[in-house]
Amino acid sequence: MSKNAIIAGLVVFVAAALFPFWFNIGGTNAAPEAELSAKAKAAKKCVLDKYDMRANHMTILNDWRTSVVRNSDRMYKSTNGKTFGMSLSTGEDSCLGCHTDKAKFCDKCHNYASVNPYCWECHTDPKEVTNEK
Amino acid sequence: MKNKRENFLNKSSRRGFLKAAGISAAAIGIGAAPAIKAVSIASGGGDAVSNMPVTTPKAEVLKAKRWGMVIDTSKITDEVVEGVVAACRNAHNIPDFDHKPDEKKYPNTRPVNKTQEIKWIWEEHYKYAFPEMEDEFLADKFKSLPFLVTCNHCKNAPCVQACPTKATFKREDGIVIMDFHRCIGCRFCMAACPYGSRSFNFRDARPFIEKINPEFPVRSKGVVEKCNLCAERLERGLQPACVEASEGGIVVGDLEDPESEVRALLKENYAIRRKQELGTEPSVYYIM
Repeated sequence: MSKNAIIAGLVVFVAAALFPFWFNIGGTNAAPEAELSAKAKAAKKCVLDKYDMRANHMTILNDWRTSVVRNSDRMYKSTNGKTFGMSLSTGEDSCLGCHTDKAKFCDKCHNYASVNPYCWECHTDPKEVTNEK
Repeated sequence: MKNKRENFLNKSSRRGFLKAAGISAAAIGIGAAPAIKAVSIASGGGDAVSNMPVTTPKAEVLKAKRWGMVIDTSKITDEVVEGVVAACRNAHNIPDFDHKPDEKKYPNTRPVNKTQEIKWIWEEHYKYAFPEMEDEFLADKFKSLPFLVTCNHCKNAPCVQACPTKATFKREDGIVIMDFHRCIGCRFCMAACPYGSRSFNFRDARPFIEKINPEFPVRSKGVVEKCNLCAERLERGLQPACVEASEGGIVVGDLEDPESEVRALLKENYAIRRKQELGTEPSVYYIM
């Protein structure tokens, strides 16, 4: 009698504990890929290579901020030989200068991963600005 | 059997144990090295970013040992003041509380409180700009003359000393500037500044900016802001926005360079600074 109850309880527990796994099996929650704009595709080389960028873009943005605000140095020479303006959104050689669509490049993954960086509270998406005119 | 066991527990066992321990420690060490490396790279401590600052300053940057400003009060008229304030506003996305917010974009914007306005450079009367100079018989012209006041980029800036997060700091070239990212909005700097040159963002500024300038960020609610002597323009080789709009009334240059235009002006004219007696050593001079 008690054996059955224990087994039943265990089944329920295991099912509940593994809920996140079986709930997402075959689901539509596949991780999104950042979509590159035509311009970014044509440029081929970003600041760092793809995987480094994926893992470390927040660190590099932090370093850029320090460089721009504290050392007033705005040019970044990448190890791959290209130079970039250390800016999120101002100029052709900034992040959004190349990755023109913020929604597809930044927001897509950030929304999926549920991270809310506060970059855009102050920095302006050039598209937002042009819509305003 | 008993003998053997005793033996095992005694001499030879200690040696055996130490041997085994040594070998296994070495094995773990060798095996773990790549794993530790992999973890450190994944957590951002790898060489990818640490060898990052391969930066190159641009050639056209305007440089100085200590930036200073000279304002020729005889050239500052009401029109010039208006132009200067507007130029600064446009250059830095400073909200104008007289601007009516766009109802469609920003519905239900609550009414403004004018005491919370954001000021980088603004007009002031002589008696407020120079309160310590209470002359009994002041020349008439000073009673009506508009004075442009702004951050004095003091040599001994009290705001820098007050800031608990180093969000406000003094650059090597004398500009007192803010890192908005670091500001926690404690407003100690506002209490410390004897010139009222700092403003706090009590609300989102966007509804009150007529046209956002994409060259400069907006500020978020809860940070303090102030004049940055157009550091972002100096870096592009441009004069500050106020200088351009002042029709020759404002000159910005190197106070430490005896050959500079500001020093030439100070050599020839009588100039005063605001609240000099406080010992903050302001870098903004007013030619009287």
